[in-house]
Amino acid sequence: MVDKLTDFISRFYVAIIAVFLYAPIAVLIVLSFNKSRSRVVWEGFTLDWYISLIHNRQIQSALMTTLALAFLSAFISLIIGTAAALGISSMKRRSHRTMMVLTNIPMLNADIVTGIALMLWMIQFMPLGFNSVLLSHITFNIPYVILAVLPKVKMMNLSIYNAGRDLGAGPLRAFFMLILPQLKDGMLSGFFMAFTMSMDDFVITYFTKGAGVNTLSTMIYGEIRKGIKPEMYALSTIIFTVVFGVLLVANGNTIGTKERKRGYE
Amino acid sequence: MDKYLNKRKNLAYPYVVWSVGFTVIPLIVILRYALLDRTGAFTLSNILAIVDPVNLKALIFSLEIAGGCTLICILLAYPLVLALKRLNFGGRRSTIFILILPMWMNFILKLLAWQMILSSNGILNLVLSRMGIGSIDISNTYISIMIGVVYDYLPYMVLPLYDAVSAIDDDIIEAAEDLGAKKLTVFGRIIFPLSIPGLMSGITMVFVPSMTSFVTADILGGGKLQLVGNIIEQEFIQSMDWNMGAGLSVALMIFVLISMAFTVEKHEQSDRQEETAW
Repeated sequence: MVDKLTDFISRFYVAIIAVFLYAPIAVLIVLSFNKSRSRVVWEGFTLDWYISLIHNRQIQSALMTTLALAFLSAFISLIIGTAAALGISSMKRRSHRTMMVLTNIPMLNADIVTGIALMLWMIQFMPLGFNSVLLSHITFNIPYVILAVLPKVKMMNLSIYNAGRDLGAGPLRAFFMLILPQLKDGMLSGFFMAFTMSMDDFVITYFTKGAGVNTLSTMIYGEIRKGIKPEMYALSTIIFTVVFGVLLVANGNTIGTKERKRGYE
Repeated sequence: MDKYLNKRKNLAYPYVVWSVGFTVIPLIVILRYALLDRTGAFTLSNILAIVDPVNLKALIFSLEIAGGCTLICILLAYPLVLALKRLNFGGRRSTIFILILPMWMNFILKLLAWQMILSSNGILNLVLSRMGIGSIDISNTYISIMIGVVYDYLPYMVLPLYDAVSAIDDDIIEAAEDLGAKKLTVFGRIIFPLSIPGLMSGITMVFVPSMTSFVTADILGGGKLQLVGNIIEQEFIQSMDWNMGAGLSVALMIFVLISMAFTVEKHEQSDRQEETAW
């Protein structure tokens, strides 16, 4: 009886938090179908904003910039960060500590300070633009990869690698076939985290982008005073739906494999 | 042992170079800007400008917002984490899924949506008046900024706490219950102490960003209430006084480092305990 009541309260509380997290998202999705250009009044259902999105060059180019930044920065961070995690784990205590302090600086520092420091430094030797933003995103993304991969490195089984080498595999082949697969989960979540952080970043991009380059975030920020173009709500709804779908499929798959594994046992 | 395994630490060198080039040097550069005036002479006035009445007011307001936000996130997160552990629908992946998915809607758009929800003739008041409760006017106040920052950073508190709490062995809790411990005792003596590492990383991930999120203050505070982030942004974008902006940034950084030193030290102590336990 008491257990059932606790279960009910737990469910109710989770539901309230879910409403809190998803309420503004629901508002934005509704707005993407609203005939009215103004934000507050509902004037009927329309798909106009989705159609005019196809012709909006500005939004498209901001989207391409955002995606390119997210993909490139996550990919490069994945390589540098995974290598770093492998290296750091084999270091002696003191250098290990120094490396972790270095890794924690971009995570502890306020975004605004990181962004300004990078901007002040990069203007000394390069024009601000896509490349400076990319370098900045890689900088704040590497720590996420390291923190995701490091625990897997500490758990990895080196005897498998040694066995492979004894059986005649070259060092590279042994690395790619026997070490990397053990780190796969950590690498995947590190890449995903980095991609998300890059897509979601505003402050660091804002200070390091210079004129002429726009991501979706900086474009939206520039539109706040003039009023957000409804096409932006449409695009955000599409992105949200796509990610929801992808995550749902990915989640379904892993839950499926877990159950299958359990079946074998 | 394999000679390649011995050389494994060389793999960290690209990162070392990157870290020096894009983390350490930029900090030196910002420090240099902070310590020079417009003519290039040495000065401390840029950093000390943080105690000017206007800036100090923003700093104190930032601390109130960040402290309040961190506290509210902790108070919201513990029951949530315990409820998620209890219900256990789909395990860790589903929980992360629910918490991370909202991050894929642009955060500025979400803040604008909150503005619409909280404004005096907004959605919240519409719902409240339909229910016969009457309306509340919290738009452009610190309350709406607080709602905004709690909304932004709650997932960063929940995720590490969830990991810490779900790692606790159920047997320990059951043993305590069998020995007659009440729920509150179980929480106070077992769950809370064992969740402290998660709590600490949650605090570091919520406190600093909520102190400086100038966009949140801009949109939900109506431009009247300023965080220290707003002041720094204005120095750069409007006044174009880079030295002053850098000085305030460095002051902020020193402040953050001092407040975090305590937390990190605690963190490392618990790390060490873990290691010796093994």
